[in-house]
Amino acid sequence: MADAFNFELVSPERLLVSEKVSEVVIPATLGEMTVLVNHAPTMTTIKPGVVTVKLASGQVNKYVVFGGFADILPNSCTLLAESAVAASELTRDTLQKRIESTQADISKANGDEHKTKLEQFLAELTHLNGIVVGA
Amino acid sequence: MPSLKDLKNRIASVKATQKITKAMKMVAAAKLRRAQEAAEAARPYAERMNKVLAGLSAANAGNAEAPLLLSGTGKDQVHLLIVATGERGLAGGFNSSIIRMARDHALKLLAQGKTVKILTVGRKGNDILRRSFRENIVDYVTFREVKSLGFAQADEVAHKVLALFNAGEFDVATLFYARFQSVIAQVPTASQIIPAKFETTGTADASSALYEYEPSEEEILEDLLPKNIAVQIFRALLENNASFYGAQMSAMDNATRNAGDMINKLTLSYNRQRQAQITKELIEIISGAEAL
Repeated sequence: MADAFNFELVSPERLLVSEKVSEVVIPATLGEMTVLVNHAPTMTTIKPGVVTVKLASGQVNKYVVFGGFADILPNSCTLLAESAVAASELTRDTLQKRIESTQADISKANGDEHKTKLEQFLAELTHLNGIVVGA
Repeated sequence: MPSLKDLKNRIASVKATQKITKAMKMVAAAKLRRAQEAAEAARPYAERMNKVLAGLSAANAGNAEAPLLLSGTGKDQVHLLIVATGERGLAGGFNSSIIRMARDHALKLLAQGKTVKILTVGRKGNDILRRSFRENIVDYVTFREVKSLGFAQADEVAHKVLALFNAGEFDVATLFYARFQSVIAQVPTASQIIPAKFETTGTADASSALYEYEPSEEEILEDLLPKNIAVQIFRALLENNASFYGAQMSAMDNATRNAGDMINKLTLSYNRQRQAQITKELIEIISGAEAL
């Protein structure tokens, strides 16, 4: 297919996806962005959120990622996530655990900047909790 | 000369030991396979991370405001040695070869008048280094209760290292671990992680110039460098884990074979002695009959 490109989703533990896709929606730090073929080379950080992958075959898969960054080239897109799971495998428990550990980090954090960052992270996680578990 | 009864007991006990070492070898082999798979699965991430950072850091080289993790503090007075060893023994020279390397390095630095701080990962390293470098050990991490090594554990170590770095506790950090070469060869390796060093590839710099960065290049770099520390530690831990099981497997294989040799030797002398006793009894009977 002419409008397909390579998409890879990698977490430190394993390679989750490596497929031809036609469209990927990634939760970039500065807002969600949709990547199509021939995208300008871009490097962006991502926030916790849902990655929607539309395979070349038309099938749509969803993954939940927790921070990381994406490396986008005209003919490929690599998403390096700190941790990633298929949305269907995510349970309320894992999210809750993450939220709790972030809260613990906040109470320990020193320095305002660090604290703000963590609080932002927490807000995103809580938001994510709402979408995923609600759906 | 041990009696027949003694020999019999020895043989039984060596046989029991052989059974244990054989079982340990099998377990290590199974775990090795899993550890190797984990190490391989982690490779794409680490490679890509390295590629991206090599490009970014090349673009930032010479920048006076580059993050400290990249450029270093400009001194090399205080060294942090992160020594990753196994949680258990019974793995041949695995733990001691890493420790020996770390100790040599530490002694060299001390001789140069530098300050050495040590962070041990794994119980064995801590136990042994504690004897000679008690006052140098700043922290100690163990994964004894952890069943399977995940990124979370590496992150925990990275957090400790970064906290020390941000507090200005050290200038240079070096990571000691055993690189997994094959089942029979594990190479103790030292790699410097702060200030960061990258294997730069020629193509990386050329392509990075075209990138659009969101947010800015500096912010991404600042975000990625601490992550890179965690990734490097994670990779080292996985390699170490695979190496440990490799070393344990070959150590247990040797032990099983040695036990086999020992059983053969003991059985031989047992049989010889039994034969000698029979002969002796016969002689006694015959000479008794002749005397009549």
